[in-house]
Amino acid sequence: MLWVDKYRPKTLDQMIVHQDIVQNLKKLVSEQDCPHLLFYGPSGSGKKTLVRALLRQMFGASAEKVKVENKTWKIDAGTRTIEIELTTLSSTHHVEMNPSDAGFQDRYIVQEIIKEMAKNRPIDTKGKKSFKVLVLNEVDKLSREAQHSLRRTMEKYSASCRLILCCNSSSKVTEAIRSRCLNIRINSPPEDEIVKVLEFTAKKEGLTLPAGFAARIAGKTNRSLRRAVLSFETCRVQQYPFSSNQAIPPMDWEEYVSEIVSETMTEQSPKMLFQVRGKLYELLINCIPAEIILKRMLYELLRKLDSELKHEVCHWAAYYEHRMRQGQKAIFHLEAFVAKFMSIYKAFLISTFA
Amino acid sequence: MAPLGQTSQHQPWVEKYRPKQVKDVAHQDEVVRVLTNTLQTSNCPHMLFYGPPGTGKTTTALAVAHQLYGPELYRSRVLELNASDDRGINVVRTKIKGFAAVAVGSTQRQGGYPCPPFKIIILDEADSMTEDAQNALRRTMETYSKVTRFFFICNYISRIIEPLASRCAKFRFKPLSEEVMSSRIQHICNEEGLNLDAEALSTLGSISQGDLRRAITYLQGAARLYGSSITSSDLISVSGVVPVEVVESLFTACKIGNFDLANKEVNNIIAEGYPVSQVLSQVFDLIIESGELSDEQKARISQKLAEADKCLVDGADEYLQLLDAASDTIRALHNMPQEFSYET
Repeated sequence: MLWVDKYRPKTLDQMIVHQDIVQNLKKLVSEQDCPHLLFYGPSGSGKKTLVRALLRQMFGASAEKVKVENKTWKIDAGTRTIEIELTTLSSTHHVEMNPSDAGFQDRYIVQEIIKEMAKNRPIDTKGKKSFKVLVLNEVDKLSREAQHSLRRTMEKYSASCRLILCCNSSSKVTEAIRSRCLNIRINSPPEDEIVKVLEFTAKKEGLTLPAGFAARIAGKTNRSLRRAVLSFETCRVQQYPFSSNQAIPPMDWEEYVSEIVSETMTEQSPKMLFQVRGKLYELLINCIPAEIILKRMLYELLRKLDSELKHEVCHWAAYYEHRMRQGQKAIFHLEAFVAKFMSIYKAFLISTFA
Repeated sequence: MAPLGQTSQHQPWVEKYRPKQVKDVAHQDEVVRVLTNTLQTSNCPHMLFYGPPGTGKTTTALAVAHQLYGPELYRSRVLELNASDDRGINVVRTKIKGFAAVAVGSTQRQGGYPCPPFKIIILDEADSMTEDAQNALRRTMETYSKVTRFFFICNYISRIIEPLASRCAKFRFKPLSEEVMSSRIQHICNEEGLNLDAEALSTLGSISQGDLRRAITYLQGAARLYGSSITSSDLISVSGVVPVEVVESLFTACKIGNFDLANKEVNNIIAEGYPVSQVLSQVFDLIIESGELSDEQKARISQKLAEADKCLVDGADEYLQLLDAASDTIRALHNMPQEFSYET
């Protein structure tokens, strides 16, 4: 098992990071009454882990016995019947799902399936809890309509059902939903906390960790805990015992992007653009999301460029990323950004050195 | 609206303290006056309630319906449809029309309720209905006006097509003033045994911006998390408002004019997980109130903030948009030309 999964905390007490949030959540559970919750924060900050631990705190060990169900729902939408396939993860007390998987049909999921689940009162043998929990992931990817549909459901069935929503950016969740939830911001853990987690992992694995090595990993990973643990494991595979100046391997796609960037800076020509296109395709084929490629390119460029060009380049990066979101195919916009950069850079070189 | 009485203690306070009678609705004096009259004469026109969220539109509509019919007849006389129900054109043509067409008898009062001889259809969140569906309603409203009244509820009246709006008596719900809000909050605090100092009360008033539902939700959240005595910083952390220091340090970085410094601040904001749209709106407040900027600078920055906000709504990446806005702010603050120098 990967270390990320192996050492994922199962209960709130085991959490190393987010101590303040953990305390609050415990209080919330002990009050026996909890409002709807909205967890938001960057990826790799521990939202899911917190939700799982919270469920366990609420319902005890039975919340961990989950089964995966793949069910096809038939939904009657007036003139035609729509079939939606949805994978849910459920225990006796909660159901977890990812409603945005249904793409443009997510509205039906909210209107029919979630409503259906919210309506039914939980069958509880001991009668301890009077509500069940629905965990919805990636609510920021839900369409506007689906989010609208969700709001009255949240109010109407609040007596028997609590929603826990997870998302990366709460900007994309409508005001109406945010105002119905208790918002909990999960920040990326600061570097010293990441170091603590790495040290904990090393202790459990029985590894000796040279001083400063954990701090270096933490510094390289952009405050993402998941990535820190993953790259720690990579280092372990690469060389053990660790030496304190051991290189921390960057992700290979990151290296590839930085290669692209240095190429565009050495030569600005249609021929080079053609070469770059091939490399961009290579990245896309390997399932690196386009906006991440663009962001990484910008990151590399900002490191290398003169400060007077930075404003301009960052403007165009934002511009083309926005266009990419509206368009269909990412490659056009990535290429357009590269071409734009080449033209700006060439003009800059000519005006500076000619 | 709890299905069973025993669960009422676990209800959100928003539901628990929802006014049951029209006269209890806060701050909407004209609306209340007209509706009280309606209740006495037990006759009413089609109605359209509009206004910002959390001002009591749904509450009023439900209260009117309850007061007209009482609990027994409510089920058979009132149809409540909201955005969580499918309201495509088909539903309008079948379900709504079917319900509207049924005649009702008996005008005598039952159990102290007026029970007028018509039914009520409440269409909540009517602005999310499609235009086709709204068009299909037009004739239905007129044909069955003898036996059915429609209550439309919406946030934006401009999204209701003109033919529908002109058939209704319009009521605007205004955002709650801080005094009214404070007195409501105080009432809830007394009921729930909470301690709220004056500072926290005014903070709650300002962060909820006239939205009573939001204020109550924040209050409940804070009460759940921090126990019975609540300070204003507790409320801020629950509400998702970005702390003033964060916004100010971003603005200071922009003022210094160092791109890398601003970039670092932006990275920090993203890593802390603050919602960028909220950051943008708070930067906007800061800029508008700032005394040291020229009007032109303010205009330039505001324009950029608006563009970035639009891009965010379209689903663009938060980091890039915030960085772009920050970079433009730097350029405006240092009076750099608006056009880029190397663009061809």
